[in-house]
Amino acid sequence: MEEASKSKKIEVKNATKIFGKSSKRAAQLLKEGKTKKEILKETGATVGVNNAAFDVLDGEIFVIMGLSGSGKSTLVRLLNRLIDPTSGQILLDGEDIVKMNKEQLRNVRRKKIGMVFQNFALFPHRTILENTVYGLEIQGVAKDERNNQAVESLRLVGLAGYESQYPGQLSGGMQQRVGLARALANDPDILLMDEAFSALDPLIRKDMQDELLQLHEDMGKTIIFITHDLDEALRIGDRIALMKDGEIVQIGTPEEILMNPSNDYVERFVEDVDLSKVLTANHIMKHADTVQIDRGPRVALRLMESLRISSIYVVDKGGRLMGALTAQDAVSAAERNLKIQDVLIKDVITTTGESVLTDLFDIVSTATIPVAVVDEKNRLKGIIIRGAMIGALAGDNQFINENGEISEDEQVEAEVTAHE
Amino acid sequence: MNELLPRLPFADWIDTGVDWMVDVFGPLFDGISTALESTVETFVDIMDFPPSILLAVIFAVLAWWFSTKRIALFTLVGFLFIDYLGYWYPMLQMLALVLTSVAIAIIIGVPIGIWMSQQLMARRIISPILDLMQTMPAFVYLIPAIFFFNIGVVPGLVASIIFAMPPTIRLTMLGIEQVPKDLIEATEAFGSTTWQRLLKVQIPLAKPNIMAGVNQSIMLSLSMVVIASMVGAPGLGTKVYQAVTQLKTGVGVETGVAIVLVAIILDRITQHAGRSKQGGKES
Repeated sequence: MEEASKSKKIEVKNATKIFGKSSKRAAQLLKEGKTKKEILKETGATVGVNNAAFDVLDGEIFVIMGLSGSGKSTLVRLLNRLIDPTSGQILLDGEDIVKMNKEQLRNVRRKKIGMVFQNFALFPHRTILENTVYGLEIQGVAKDERNNQAVESLRLVGLAGYESQYPGQLSGGMQQRVGLARALANDPDILLMDEAFSALDPLIRKDMQDELLQLHEDMGKTIIFITHDLDEALRIGDRIALMKDGEIVQIGTPEEILMNPSNDYVERFVEDVDLSKVLTANHIMKHADTVQIDRGPRVALRLMESLRISSIYVVDKGGRLMGALTAQDAVSAAERNLKIQDVLIKDVITTTGESVLTDLFDIVSTATIPVAVVDEKNRLKGIIIRGAMIGALAGDNQFINENGEISEDEQVEAEVTAHE
Repeated sequence: MNELLPRLPFADWIDTGVDWMVDVFGPLFDGISTALESTVETFVDIMDFPPSILLAVIFAVLAWWFSTKRIALFTLVGFLFIDYLGYWYPMLQMLALVLTSVAIAIIIGVPIGIWMSQQLMARRIISPILDLMQTMPAFVYLIPAIFFFNIGVVPGLVASIIFAMPPTIRLTMLGIEQVPKDLIEATEAFGSTTWQRLLKVQIPLAKPNIMAGVNQSIMLSLSMVVIASMVGAPGLGTKVYQAVTQLKTGVGVETGVAIVLVAIILDRITQHAGRSKQGGKES
C-alpha cells in the first residue's frame, strides 16, 4: 500500500462526451476550436466534457470542482461508464474501461468502484441493512457473509443499530451515511462521490467531511469527489481539478490553485475564499534567526543588535527549539556571567506548520514574542509575525510563502520591520 | 357509386383469414377453450362448495387482511345482500369469469409492460395495439371469438381479457419508468444485471402502479360481463340481458345493484392491497 501510494490509479486521456444526435459533427467542430455555445447553436449537440485529461493517484482525494453545467457530473460518470465517452481513454489500473464488454464492466463496478450520489439514491422499499447489502447481494455473496460485511460497514459510518429502519425514517445526513456505507460494503478501491454532501445542511456537511477524511485516512481508498463548493474542495482535496464549460481549466493542490490561479476564471472563483481557513502557518512564517544554546549571552546580544530585534530563539545543534531569549535577559546574563541556559524562557508558545490561521489568531494576538513554528521533532521551522499574518489575510502575496517554504530574499526586511 | 374503383373487399380478406385460422389452428383453439372453460368451472365449483354464508365470511376475512375493517364489514354485508336477493350462484359465475380473465390479463400483461418499459421498439409496436384493444367495439371481436371457441363462457372470457388487459400493461410500464433515475443509476453503478435491476428495484417500486392497473383491469372486466353473456357466458350478466330483453325493470335494477356491489368490493380491496406494505413505513 505504502509503496504503491504514488502510482496512477486512474488515467483519463482526452476524454470527450458530446450529447445529442449530431455528435460526430460536433466533435469535428470541437477539434476546430469552436466553443461549447457555438457548437450548440450550429449542431444542437451539447458538449458535456471536452478533452479532459488527468491522472488520479492511488490513495488520494481528487476533487473535481465546477459550477453547475460545467460537466463535472458527466466527467465522474465517465469513470464508471454510467455515461459512455464519445472519444478518449479511461484507464483503471492500466486497463481501458471504454473497451470493456458488459460483463467486464459489471465486474469493475462490482469490485473496484463504489459510488455515492447527491440525493442519496437509497432504495425506499429496502431497509438500511438491505440497502447497504445491495452491492454484495447482486454479486451472489452468501447471506451471512454479506450481512456481516454490511453491518460492519454501517458501524464504520456510525449507523450501528439502524439496520432495520427504512431510509424515509432517517435524516438527510444519516441517509447519506447509508449511501456511503453501501458504497463501502463492497470494499472498492475507488469511491466516486457525486456532490455527496451538497444536499446536507452546513453543519452536518462539515461533520461528514471530517468523517470522510478520517475514513480516508483509515482505509486509504482513492476518492474522486465532485463538488461545486470551493471551501469543500479546499478542505478535503489533495488535488483539485477546476472545470468550466466541460473543460478542465486547472489541476493542482489547493495551494497552487489559490496562489497561482491559471486564468481569470479561476481567480474569480477563488477570490471569495476565506483565506484564514486555507492559509497555514507554513504560508506566513518567516525565517527565524537563532542562536545556539552553547554560545554565550554576548554573542546572542550582538546578533540581536545587528538584526535589530528584541528577542531571539535558542536552539541546540540539531536545530531543536530550546527556548527564547530576550535582549534584556541577555544583558543581565552577560553582566552576571551566566550562560544562556540560565536565563532562557522555556515555556514558549509553539505551533505546527499545518495549523490554519483561524486557529492561530488567538495565540498570535496574546504572545509577547513571535510564535515559533516547529515540526514534529520540535525543530524550529520559522516564526509568525503579526504583520505578516495580517498582510497575508489581506491577500497580499508578498506575505505568503509559495509551497510553504520561506524564500531567501524577503527574510531580513520583514524581520526588521516587524520585530523591533 | 364509383365505377373506376371497385369496393375494397377488406371484409372478405378478414373472413378468409379467420376461416384459414380456424382450419389450421382449430385443434389449438379447442385445447385453449377446454383449458379456460375448466378453469372457470373449477373456480365456480370451489366457491360453491362452502355454504354461501361461510364464503361471505371468508371473503370478509380476506378483505380485512388486504385492507381495513370497514371494507371487510361492507364485503360481508354486500355478499349477504346478494345472497338474500337470490343471485348467489350467478354472482359466483360472474366472479369466476372476472377473476380468471384478470388473472390471465396479469400473467400476460405484466411481462409485456416490463418488456415495453425496457425496449423502445416494443413500446412503439405495442402501444397502438393497446389503443386498438381498448377502442374497438367489443362485439367486433366477439364474432371471431365464437368461431374460434364456440358459444359459451370462453369467448366472453377472451373478450374480457382483451378489453381488460391494456391498463395493466400501461400502468406496469409507467410504474417502472417512473422509478427515479438516480435509483437506476445506483443499481447500474453497483453492477446490477438488467434482471437484478428489475426484480430488486424497479418492479417493487412499481408495485403501487401495477396494482392500480390491476384494479382498472378488474373494473373493465366487470363492465364486460353483460356483453359476454350475449355469447353464452353464464352469470349475473345473463340475468341483466334477460331483464333487458323481457323489459323487466325490477330484475334489471336488482342485478345491476348486485354487480355494482361486487365491483365496489373488488375495487376497495385491490386499491388497498396496492397501498399497504409499501415504502416501508407501516403506520
